[in-house]
Amino acid sequence: MFHIYCPHCAEYREEEEFHAAGQAHIPRPLDPDACSDKEWGEYMFFRKNPRGIHHELWVHAAGCRKFFNMTRDTQTYEIKEVYKIGEQPSVVAE
Amino acid sequence: MTQQNRLQSGGRIDRSKPMTFTYNGKQFTGFQGDTLASAMLANGINVVGRSFKYSRPRGIIACGAEEPNAVLQLGATEATQVPNVRATQQELFNGLVSASTNGWPSVDTDVMGMIGKVGGSMMPPGFYYKTFMFPQSLWDSYETMIRKAAGMGRSPLESDPDTYDNVNQHCDVLIVGAGPSGLAAALTAARGGARVIIADEQSEFGGSLLNTKETLDGKPAAEWVRAVVEELATYEDVMLLPRSTVNGYHDHNFVTIHERCTDHLADIAPVNQARQKHHRVRAKWVVLATGAHERPLVFSNNDVPGCMVSNAVSTYINRYGVVPGNELVLMTTNDYGYQAALDWDDAGRKVVAIVDTRASGKGSRAEAARKRGLNIISGSAVIEVQGSKRVSSVSVAAISADGHKVTGSVTKLKADTVASSGGWSPVIHLSSHTGSRPTWDDQIVGFVPGPTVQKQLTAGGINGQYDTAVALKQGFDAGQKALTEVGLSAAEVVLPKAETLKTDAPMSLFHIPHLKPTSQAPKQFVDYQTDVTAAGIEVACREGFESIEHVKRYTAMGFGTDQGKLGNINGMAVAAKALNKTIPETGTTIFRPNYTPISFGAIAGRNCGALFDPERYSAMHMWHVEHGAKFEDVGQWKRPWYFPQGSETMQQTLDRECLAVRDSVGILDASTLGKIDVQGKDAREFLGRVYSNAWAKLAVGKCRYGLMCGEDGMVFDDGVSACLGDNHFLMTTTTGGAARVLEWLEIYHQTEWPELEVYFNTVTDHWSTLTISGPNSRKLLEELTDYDLSNDNFKFMDWKQMKVAGVPARVFRISFTGELSFEINVQANYGTHVWEKLFEAGKKYNLTPYGTETMHVLRAEKGFIIAGQDTDGSVHPYDLGMGWCVSNQKPFSYIGKRGMNRVDCVRPNRKQLVGLKTKDPKAVIPEGAQAVLDPKEPIPMTMIGHVTSSYWSANLGHSIAMGFIKGGLDKMGETVYYPLANGTVIEAEICSPIFLDPKGERQNV
Amino acid sequence: MQHYSGFGLFKHSLTHHENWQRVWRNPTPKKKYDVIIIGGGGHGLATAYYLAKEHGVTNVAVIEKGYLGGGNTARNTTIVRSNYLWDESAHLYEHAMKLWEGLSQDLNYNVMFSQRGVLNLGHTLQDMRDIERRVNANRLNGIDGEVLDPQSIKEIVPHMDCSANSRYPVMGASWQPRGGVARHDAVAWGFARGADSYGVDLIQQTEVTDLIIEDGTIVGVKTNRFGDIKADRVGSVVAGNSTVIAKMAGFELPLESHPLQALVSEPIKPVLDTVVMSNHVHGYVSQSDKGDLVIGAGIDGYTGYGQRGSYPTIEHTVQAIVELFPMFSRVRMNRQWGGIVDTCPDACPIISKTPIKNLFFNCGWGTGGFKATPGAGNVFAASLAKGEMHPLAEPFSMFRFHNGALIDEHGAAGVAH
Repeated sequence: MFHIYCPHCAEYREEEEFHAAGQAHIPRPLDPDACSDKEWGEYMFFRKNPRGIHHELWVHAAGCRKFFNMTRDTQTYEIKEVYKIGEQPSVVAE
Repeated sequence: MTQQNRLQSGGRIDRSKPMTFTYNGKQFTGFQGDTLASAMLANGINVVGRSFKYSRPRGIIACGAEEPNAVLQLGATEATQVPNVRATQQELFNGLVSASTNGWPSVDTDVMGMIGKVGGSMMPPGFYYKTFMFPQSLWDSYETMIRKAAGMGRSPLESDPDTYDNVNQHCDVLIVGAGPSGLAAALTAARGGARVIIADEQSEFGGSLLNTKETLDGKPAAEWVRAVVEELATYEDVMLLPRSTVNGYHDHNFVTIHERCTDHLADIAPVNQARQKHHRVRAKWVVLATGAHERPLVFSNNDVPGCMVSNAVSTYINRYGVVPGNELVLMTTNDYGYQAALDWDDAGRKVVAIVDTRASGKGSRAEAARKRGLNIISGSAVIEVQGSKRVSSVSVAAISADGHKVTGSVTKLKADTVASSGGWSPVIHLSSHTGSRPTWDDQIVGFVPGPTVQKQLTAGGINGQYDTAVALKQGFDAGQKALTEVGLSAAEVVLPKAETLKTDAPMSLFHIPHLKPTSQAPKQFVDYQTDVTAAGIEVACREGFESIEHVKRYTAMGFGTDQGKLGNINGMAVAAKALNKTIPETGTTIFRPNYTPISFGAIAGRNCGALFDPERYSAMHMWHVEHGAKFEDVGQWKRPWYFPQGSETMQQTLDRECLAVRDSVGILDASTLGKIDVQGKDAREFLGRVYSNAWAKLAVGKCRYGLMCGEDGMVFDDGVSACLGDNHFLMTTTTGGAARVLEWLEIYHQTEWPELEVYFNTVTDHWSTLTISGPNSRKLLEELTDYDLSNDNFKFMDWKQMKVAGVPARVFRISFTGELSFEINVQANYGTHVWEKLFEAGKKYNLTPYGTETMHVLRAEKGFIIAGQDTDGSVHPYDLGMGWCVSNQKPFSYIGKRGMNRVDCVRPNRKQLVGLKTKDPKAVIPEGAQAVLDPKEPIPMTMIGHVTSSYWSANLGHSIAMGFIKGGLDKMGETVYYPLANGTVIEAEICSPIFLDPKGERQNV
Repeated sequence: MQHYSGFGLFKHSLTHHENWQRVWRNPTPKKKYDVIIIGGGGHGLATAYYLAKEHGVTNVAVIEKGYLGGGNTARNTTIVRSNYLWDESAHLYEHAMKLWEGLSQDLNYNVMFSQRGVLNLGHTLQDMRDIERRVNANRLNGIDGEVLDPQSIKEIVPHMDCSANSRYPVMGASWQPRGGVARHDAVAWGFARGADSYGVDLIQQTEVTDLIIEDGTIVGVKTNRFGDIKADRVGSVVAGNSTVIAKMAGFELPLESHPLQALVSEPIKPVLDTVVMSNHVHGYVSQSDKGDLVIGAGIDGYTGYGQRGSYPTIEHTVQAIVELFPMFSRVRMNRQWGGIVDTCPDACPIISKTPIKNLFFNCGWGTGGFKATPGAGNVFAASLAKGEMHPLAEPFSMFRFHNGALIDEHGAAGVAH
C-alpha cells in the first residue's frame, strides 16, 4: 500500500484515501470538432503505459478531493515526486 | 502417560504446571511452556503425519516456522477447527485437541502407505500430466480420486465463533525478530527516543538466545534478554508484540503483523477478546532481524522419523528439556552443527557419532567435541538411514572432497536419531516481498537480501552473521542508523560481551551422494511436505525444465504450507548440479507473502456482515421499516422496494401502489438521489459543458432535465438540475452515480477548466426528498402550506421556496411518473416530521407509500429511462431516442459531442431504445430477454437487441416494455420475437416507449 | 514426440525414469523464420502450436525473455468459461472452450481441464437483469448457461451463505456447467511440447530488444543473446509488456498494465466443487486439485509492472470471501502474488494488425487471458499464417478505438476494471 504525500493537504496519507485516475498531462483538445476520429480516439484511449518513470493523475478522494500529479516508477513503485495540476514534473524518464 | 524423553531439569518449561492434551484421540501430558511439538516429542510420539504423495510416515524435523511435517488439525468442536497448524508453533494449553491430517485408517497403520511403496515408482514429478487422459470421459472420476488424496486438514463446517481485529499502527522503527540483533536494535532505538514496535513470532522474546547455553557478560544469555525486555516495557513509545508474525512487507514500508492473542490459551477466545489481531503498520524504517533457518542435508530416507535438523535437537533439549531420542548420529557440513551433539551429550544420552563431511573441523565447537572424546568421523557422510516409523540405523561412508561421490566402504551404526546440518539459510522472505531479488553469497553459502528501494536495514542472521557478538553489534548499528534517519540523536548502549567462538569454513554441500545413482538410490527428500526428491528434480531437469521456476512448478517444490523454507535452497543445489550450473545461475528464490499462513478471519477483521460495506439510510428509514417495507440495495443505500400489506403478493402490492398514484396520490422517499450543490459565476457555463443539452437560458426558479455523457458520447448519468440563483444550481444524479458524477465534475474543473469559477459540494445527506405524485398531490400539499400552489403561480418545471408543515422547504414541480408531482426537499432532520404530517393530512386521499419498483413501473408507462438499467455504457442520447436532449448549437463542444459523432456512432442500424407491446397483453417479457426476427432460426441465432425494462401495468391493463432493437426507431409496428429459456416465444410489436399520456397533460395541470 | 500414457509411466519406472526425453529442445535460433512470436506464454505457445499443426507453418520461433509460461500463465486463477455478453466475445471464448474440451488428448498432455461449473453471483436487482440478459444471449449463441435462484445455488455450493442476512444477499446466479478450471502451467508446457514436436524453436531467456522495421514493414527482431533474427511476420504476445514492444514499433496502444492479485489458502480437504465468482462483492474462489482455495482479487487502479499490488485489495477480497463463506474464517491464507494485466478500455482484447505491416498484436486480455488461451492462439495463428485476420478476431482490431466500435464487456469480464 502506497504512502502518498498530498501536495494540497501537505501530509503523508495512506493509499486508501486516494485513487489513481490514469495518465497525467493529457489535455482535452481545444477544438474537439476539428479532431479526426483517430485523433479523438487517441485522446480518449491510447496511453503511454510505461515500464519505469510515469506521470499519473491521482485524486485525494477521501480527503481534500483534489487532483494532483505523481511521478512514480511503475516497476519499483517508488514515488519520485508529487506536484500540483498545471505544474510540470522535475523527474522525467531519460 | 509418562514423558519418557523429558529431562529432570532445565529448559524454560514450568514442571509445576502440567497440561493434558489429546493427539489422535489419546491423552498425553506436557508442561506450560511447551509447544505441541515439544510435548509430543517428550511423549515419544514419532509419527505425526503421512506424506502427501507417497504416504510415508513423517516425524517432527524442526522447531519453528520451517517445520514441514508436523502439520495438524486442531480444535475440540466443529466451529473451532483449524486446519494445518504447525505443532512447532502451537503453544500447549490444557485441553488442546489435535489430530494428524492424513493416513487411513490411522497415521500409524496407513493403507495408502502400501500404495505409496508399490506405486511410488510410477509417480515421478508431473506424472499426472502424462496420464489420466484416456478415455476423456473418465477424467471426472480420476480427478475425484486425486482430490480426495490431496488437501491436508479440513475446513470447519460451521461459522467462526471468534472475532478478529484490524489495528493501524505507525512507528519510527519496526523491528522484526527479537533475537540478539533485534533486541539490540530495539534497545538502541528505544533509548534514543524513537517510536518502536518489535515483533516476534514466538511466545517470548530472545530468539536463538532461548535455545542456547551461551553466556552474555558471563551470565546465561536469557538474563540479558529479560533485562532488555524489562527495560523496553518501561518506554511509553515502545510496543512489544510477542506471538506476532510479521507476514508481509509491502511497498513504502507498509508491513502486516499477525498477532495470535488467545491461541495459546484455549480453542476459543475468552469473552470480549479478539482471537487474533492483524496489525497494519506504516514504519519509517524497518529493521529485519529475522535470523536464519538451518538446512537439513539431503540423503537417502532422510524423512524417516528421527531425522531432524541439528539446531532443532539443541532447541528441544535446551529450551524444552526434551531429548528427542536416545542414540544420536550427527552429520554436519559446518561447525555450528556440532552444538547438537554437545547438547545431546550434556543431556546424558549417547552420541553415536559426529559425521563431518569436511576433512576436518577446527572450530571451537568441534574442538569441544574432540575434547569430550566424542566419536568424530571426518570426510564422511550419512548416506542412508534405515527404519520405517523411526530411525533404526544409519549407513556412514567416506565421500570425496567435492562431496559428489562415495569413496569409502559403508559402516552401519545403530541410532534412533539423525541430526543434520547443511549450514544456514538467512530468512530473507520479507526483504524479497517488495520485489528485491536476493543475491547469492558464496562465503556464507546462502542467499542474502538484495538491493531494495525500501527504507530497510538488516542485522544478524539475515546477513549470514551467526555469531552472537556480531549479531548484537549489527543490531546496535541498525538501531543507531534508524535513529539518525528519523532525526534523533544517537543512544548510549553498552553491548554485553558474548563468548567468542572460532568457526571454520563450512563446506558447500547439500545433497549427499549414495552408492547408487540418485535415480536408483532410496528416496532423498528435498521438500518433505510436497514429497519432492532429489531424483525428482533430476527428472525435471532431464526433461528440459531448466529454470528453477520450472523445476519448482513441475515438481511442486516450495508449494507447501512451509513454502520451502527448509527445501528450496537444497532443491536449487540439486538442480544446479544436474544442469552443471552454479546455484545463482539456476535462478533465485523469490518469496511471497505470507511468511506463515494467516487466518482469513484475521485479515477480514470486523469488516463482514453489516460492516462489510456501510449501509446508508434515509432519514425516514425507520418509518419504512415499521411499515413493512421490503428493501432494495442501491449502491450502499437501502431503499424501500415496495410496501406489502397483509398477505399481498409482490405483484398485488405493485398494482395497488401504481393505481393509487394515478388515481389519487402516492409518496416516494427520493432522498437517496445524489444532490450536488454547484455555485460560482461560471456554474451555468460549466453545466453547459457537462450536460448534452443547453443551460444558458435556464431562468432562476426553473428546473431542467439533463443527460451526462462521457467523452465517447455514451450516456452515463442523468438527472434534473434546478437554477437556485444566477450563480447557483442544485444538480441531482442517480442514486448509485452520485460519487462518480461529483468526481467527474471535479476532474474537469481541476484539470481542464480551472479558469472557470465554480464550486461543487455534495449535499445528498443534507436533504430529505419526499415526492408526492398523483392528481391529488396539490390538494395534499395545500394542507401543509400557505403557499399558492396553483398552476399559474407554480408551473411545471418550476421550483419554489416555501414552508411545508412549518419547516422551510424547496419544492420542485417535476415529475418522474407523468403525474402532477411535487418533490419536497427539507433539511434531513425534518424529513420524518414532514413525512408523518403528510400522512396525517393524506389519509383522506388514501396517500400510499410506494417504493422503487412502483416508481420503475410508473416511469416506464411514460417511457422515461433509468440510467444504468436502460443504458449500459454503449448507448448515446440518439440511441435512446433522446435527441431532444442534445443541443448542437452550444458554442462549447460539450463532453460527449465529439464522441457521439464518430463513424460507428452515426452508422445506420445501431441499437435503439423502443417500446414493446406484446401480442398477448398479459405476457410480460422477462427483462434481459433477447430479440430475434426469425424465431425458427437455428442456434446460434441472430440477436437484434434485448429488453431493458418490462412490467405489468395495472393502469393500462397490459404489459409494457422497453428495449433495444437494431434500427428500432425505423421499425415501428414491426414484430420481434423473444425466445425464452423455457422454450416459449413471446411476440411483440415495436412501438413508442410512451405508453401513457403521450402529450404530457397529466403532469401539467 | 514421446507418447505419454499410464503404460509409459510404468515402463519408465522400470528404468528409474532415467530415459524420459526432453519435453522441448533448447535450440540455437536460425537466421530467419517465417514467423517469430514474441512471448512464450500460453497464448504465444498456443499460437506456435496451431501455426504448425493447422497451417503447416513450422519455421517458427517463439522468443521468450524469461522461461516458458512464466508470465500471467503462471499467475492466474485458472478459471475457464465462455459466458460473455456480446456476440463477438462470446464466439471467441466459446471457440476457446471447444478447444479446451479436447485439449489434453490433442496435446497428449493432461492439462487437467476440469469442468466443474462456474457460478456468477448476482446481489442486486440490476445484477440479476444483467445476468438474465447475458444468459439469454449465451443460450441463443449456443453457449450453455442458466439462471439459478438461491435455493438451486445452495444445492451446488452448500457451504455458501445464501441467506438474506448477509450485507448483499445472493439473489441468484448464472451457471455455466461447462466452465471450470485447468492446470495453468500444464497448458503452457503442453503447447510448448506440441509446438516443439513440429519443429518450432522455443528460445528462452532471450529478450527482444528492438524491432527491425524497413519502410513501414517489419523484417525481424533484435535480441540480447542472438543478435538480429529475421522474419516474414512477427506476432507480439507479451500481455502486460505489450506497450513496451509497441513503443519499439513507434505506436501507442489503448492499454494500461495493472497489477492483478490472487491468493491461495493452505490445502484443505475438498469442500468447494465449483467456481464461485461475485462481481458485486469483488471476489472469486475455487478449490484446486491440491486442495488450495484459489482466490482472485480485484485490479489495482494504478499502472504497475511490479507483479504485486496493494494490500487493501487483498483485504477487501478476503472480506468478500469470508462474507460469502463465513466458515472459511479459520482457514488460513498461505500465499499471495500478482500478475500484470494489460487492460483495454472496453475490457476486450486486441487481436489485430498494426500500423506496421506484417506486425500483429495479441494483447489487452485483462483478466480474460487464460481462459482464451487455445482459442486466442488458434485465431492468432490463422491470422499470422494468412496475413489476414481470422473472422473471429476481426472485431478485436486495435482500430476500433478510433471508429468507436467498442465491445464493452465490463459486466461479464468478472472483475471491475
